[in-house]
Amino acid sequence: MGRYVIRRMLQMIPVFIGSTFLIFFMVYALGDPVAALFGDKAPDPATAARIRKDLYLDAPLWKQYLHYMRQILTGNFGTAFNGQEVTELMADAFPVTLRLTLVAILFEIVVGITLGLLSGLRRGRSLDTSVLLITLVVVSIPTFVSGYVLQYLLGVKWSVVSPSVSPAAPFAELLLPGVVLALTSLAYVTRLTRTSIAENSRADYLRTAVAKGLPRHRVVTRHLLRNSLIPVVTFIGTDIGALMGGAIVTERIFNIHGVGYQLYQGILRQNSPTVVGFVTILVIVFLVANLLVDLLYAVLDPRIRYA
Amino acid sequence: MPGPMPGRMRGTAALVACATGVALPALAGCGGGGAGNTAGVVRASWGDPQGPLEPANTNEVQGGKVLSMIFRGLKQYDPRTGEAQNMLAEKIDSADQQTFTITVKDGWMFSNGEKVTAKSFVDAWNYAARVENKQKNASFFQDIQGYDKVHPASGSASAKTMSGLVVKDERTFTVTLRTQFSTWPDTLGYAAYAPLPRAFFDDHANWIKKPVGNGPYMIDSYAKGSAMRLSRWDGYPGDDKAKNAGVELRVYTDNNTAYTDLQAGNLDIVDDIPSAQLKNVKNDLGDRYLNQPAGIIQTLVFPMYDANWSRPGKEKVRRGLSMAVNRDEITQQIYQKTRTPATDWTSPVLGEKGGYKAGLCGDACTYDPGRARKLIEEGGGLPGGKVTITSNVDTGSHRVWMDAVCNSINNALGNDKACTVSPVGTFADFRNQVSDQRMTSMFRSGWQMDYPLVQNFLQPLYYTGASSNYGKFSDAQFDRLVDEANAESDTEKAVGKFQDAEKILADQMPAIPLWYQNGSAGYSENIGGVELNPFSVPVYERITVK
Amino acid sequence: MPEPPLPQTDPSDPNATITPGGGGAMSLATSDAETLEGGPIPGGAESGKARSLWSDAWHDLRRNPVFVLSALVIAFLVLIALWPSLIASGNPLSCNLAKAQQGSQPGHPFGYDAQGCDVYTRTVYGARASIAVGVCATAGAALLGGALGGLAGFYGGWWDGLLSRLADVFFGIPIILGGLVFLSVVTGGSVWPVVGFIVLLGWPQISRIARGSVVGAKQHDYVQAARALGAGNRRLLLRHIAPNAVAPVIVVATIALGTYIALEATLSFIGVGLKPPTVSWGIDISNASSQIRNAPHMLLWPAGALSVTVLAFIMLGDAVRDALDPKLR
Repeated sequence: MGRYVIRRMLQMIPVFIGSTFLIFFMVYALGDPVAALFGDKAPDPATAARIRKDLYLDAPLWKQYLHYMRQILTGNFGTAFNGQEVTELMADAFPVTLRLTLVAILFEIVVGITLGLLSGLRRGRSLDTSVLLITLVVVSIPTFVSGYVLQYLLGVKWSVVSPSVSPAAPFAELLLPGVVLALTSLAYVTRLTRTSIAENSRADYLRTAVAKGLPRHRVVTRHLLRNSLIPVVTFIGTDIGALMGGAIVTERIFNIHGVGYQLYQGILRQNSPTVVGFVTILVIVFLVANLLVDLLYAVLDPRIRYA
Repeated sequence: MPGPMPGRMRGTAALVACATGVALPALAGCGGGGAGNTAGVVRASWGDPQGPLEPANTNEVQGGKVLSMIFRGLKQYDPRTGEAQNMLAEKIDSADQQTFTITVKDGWMFSNGEKVTAKSFVDAWNYAARVENKQKNASFFQDIQGYDKVHPASGSASAKTMSGLVVKDERTFTVTLRTQFSTWPDTLGYAAYAPLPRAFFDDHANWIKKPVGNGPYMIDSYAKGSAMRLSRWDGYPGDDKAKNAGVELRVYTDNNTAYTDLQAGNLDIVDDIPSAQLKNVKNDLGDRYLNQPAGIIQTLVFPMYDANWSRPGKEKVRRGLSMAVNRDEITQQIYQKTRTPATDWTSPVLGEKGGYKAGLCGDACTYDPGRARKLIEEGGGLPGGKVTITSNVDTGSHRVWMDAVCNSINNALGNDKACTVSPVGTFADFRNQVSDQRMTSMFRSGWQMDYPLVQNFLQPLYYTGASSNYGKFSDAQFDRLVDEANAESDTEKAVGKFQDAEKILADQMPAIPLWYQNGSAGYSENIGGVELNPFSVPVYERITVK
Repeated sequence: MPEPPLPQTDPSDPNATITPGGGGAMSLATSDAETLEGGPIPGGAESGKARSLWSDAWHDLRRNPVFVLSALVIAFLVLIALWPSLIASGNPLSCNLAKAQQGSQPGHPFGYDAQGCDVYTRTVYGARASIAVGVCATAGAALLGGALGGLAGFYGGWWDGLLSRLADVFFGIPIILGGLVFLSVVTGGSVWPVVGFIVLLGWPQISRIARGSVVGAKQHDYVQAARALGAGNRRLLLRHIAPNAVAPVIVVATIALGTYIALEATLSFIGVGLKPPTVSWGIDISNASSQIRNAPHMLLWPAGALSVTVLAFIMLGDAVRDALDPKLR
């Protein structure tokens, strides 16, 4: 077990190098960012050349990359185009997004698994059908629409919540954005839970448990649910990264200056320090989340062991 | 206004206030900036400025908002008429339209107590022009003699100051230009020409964190990426003192969110109404909605460096395409009249006297599908049988009007594949494609004036070799008329010459004028006296808080 | 279907003869379940003969009304994707701005969009690109992700490390950055680069799901039993593990079908996806989103078409999964 974790930690090194280079190359491939700094006006060539030199953009790609990596190893993630340190930007954005993701994941877990469990146990009944219809709605209505409509109704019409999130972004203000963000994933969690439950409710160990005379809720939670959670846990593990980096629409609608928003701005402005810095942290989040998921497998199914 | 309190502490206080308020029916006070309301302060929407707030390094509207509050220059444009009026300048004299003697008014100070002198201007302008300072607006100083020494096209500067700038005494300096430029004094209202205090040069890093200027407001705190708080400077010597206690600028990720916050009562003014809400804005806000011309014109430029477009006779095709665009219908249906169909290449904010002339473009800007078809045929048809419209689509919802213009052209030509849109993912990519002359068909060009002068709408865009002449249009007659206009000391005659030059554009059609963009703003019941200046920036100092 | 078809059971295969009952190459656990349940075995008429799991599944499916109905809906969608003019006589590209955002009118039952194009015609014509993107991208991502994830989960060790970490690197690519880099070089605006790109970014998620399922299924008694009886890796993976691990992949893939169709709109929105004259539901949904307060009908129809498509595939997936699950027999 300990050795397994250490091995997984060591695997992070090549992934770190690989993904930083890939992202660095991709931002590089977008082209020269300097001209856009001048707006609709033609850039003054001498000024543009100075800015390029300052940003190390006049060097060949591999030199730029080495320069960047050397900086990173000394803890310097460079600066965004608005002059802010990328580390400062990350220190502002990641805690907010982490809270938002936490709200979304909790919502997915509580509501998604509950709905999935209920519809799996009552297959073909009206509850199952309603859950399926909700799934269809959240899959085919864009986040922009659900976010905007909920924001308008709850924030403006009924004034129950604040329609936008303040820079401090406390949990109370992140409830609505978190739910909006979780909606699409909710469809996956619910359907995955439902299918697993339906599948496992016929398994022999369950029959054994029932035959032993265990109470129903104990059978459902201890035996049925626990054994059905592997795909659900896997999905939620992959979703953490997606929610953290991909909440662009939700963050924009609710005025959250989080990771998705900063990453989007960095991409549009072709600012490699911002993009590479943020993606690097995100990749580390994926790796840790995946490791935790793998360790959870062993908890959910004691037969799974790691050498 | 509360004292300058660190942003983070404020945030914590807001968290507690909002958390305890959960049980209450209305949480409205807990949104947005988080600090809650302070008496007399205007809460305004803002976007993250793209760089440090140095006057000569700020070329976009969000940074410009702050500069308009904390700086005053030699001239100031009247918010209503756009006319350049003396602000810090007592007088600006010239005998030959090339050397100007400028006298600065007495009694002006920076908000840190330092006097504003002739040297405050000369130092600021020299700093702005020097190549090693990498100021994005450096080219505004290129008309001053000696610019090429401090800002050579390549290599390092051979001088520290421009020879054309000479301080005569504490309140007087002279400016010598390279060529005659009669309306040059009227350009001095642009923010890049602002004076700078010694603190800017002596302690640059700290100045950047909290800029100090000579305008009606002082910056209290600046949390990059989220908010800036400004308060009225009570010692401000000018006549345009702020009528409110201060302004809180809040950064919004999206103008739709700002609009929603305005509706919910968390914000006082939004200066950019999202296009999707244009239909509802009158319903939502009643008369608390402004929609007035701004100095912005949108055009479709032809790549004149491409022989397919510049060959003699092709002007018929260019004019025909212009006639195929149904400007009235598009501005009505897509923009709910927040754009005005363009009939010349300038802007209504200039006024008749300033050089705007409605209908100067004539037939070529009037929708006439029959003649459009005929002209295009006479001109040899569209190159390759089709045209594309290229623009970046990451900002400004350009996609909608691109589709509409293409549909209009297709309907006029009776061919639903004649015009297609060619969206480009990022503004930077689009800019690079344009400046590398990789365009093969029409492309978008939006021009926001730097100062309300007809010269600014024509010379930088269509003069041979001019910096923003992206289509590489070149016409000797046009150039000659512009030169003559610049040498003319009589404003009326100068404007006449510029309009003569503009008529050449109507014949040649190197760029199709589409529409003039309006500034739009909505505001809450808490405030009054809201106006937009010709740059579509709210005149913050005139806003009153109820 | 995401899972590869399998050859019929070889009668000379020793495993086939060992397994009791009519389940073909079935596991011990399954046989137990069947015995315990004691109910009639579906397809009992042919139970004397040994049939493979996959032909059993097909046998069940043909009799399942849910499957038949969803298959009919999909057939209909494919039909209009191929020949939209069958049910729509208009031209999706002919638009009259004067009618922008107007509601339902005689001859134009779904009203007009923001450009004054007929929503009904555009919804019908949008089926081609959207279904092509949805189905092909889903199939590609499910096949690639399912195969790589399955291998990683089954073999573990170095294989797992390599494949899983590769997936992690791909996970890290932001969609917008990837789209701008990979798709902006393709200017044609055709469907295939978009499909390829979505597969490239979509497979890691399915691969994680497949890997997790295989890791779980590998531990089951019947797999251990089959291994003890000398079944090879290939046989174990395809016959015993795949059918038991495929359910979560089907679930994720059928929902992903809908999200991929929407993802195409995101790519088009940033200017690198499908381009006119191609019409798609994704583009229309995305255009309608900003007009939701003024013209909700613009959203209703393309989003409704997307819902029906996703519903059909979810039902189909459910039916296939049920048919593949031996425990439900």
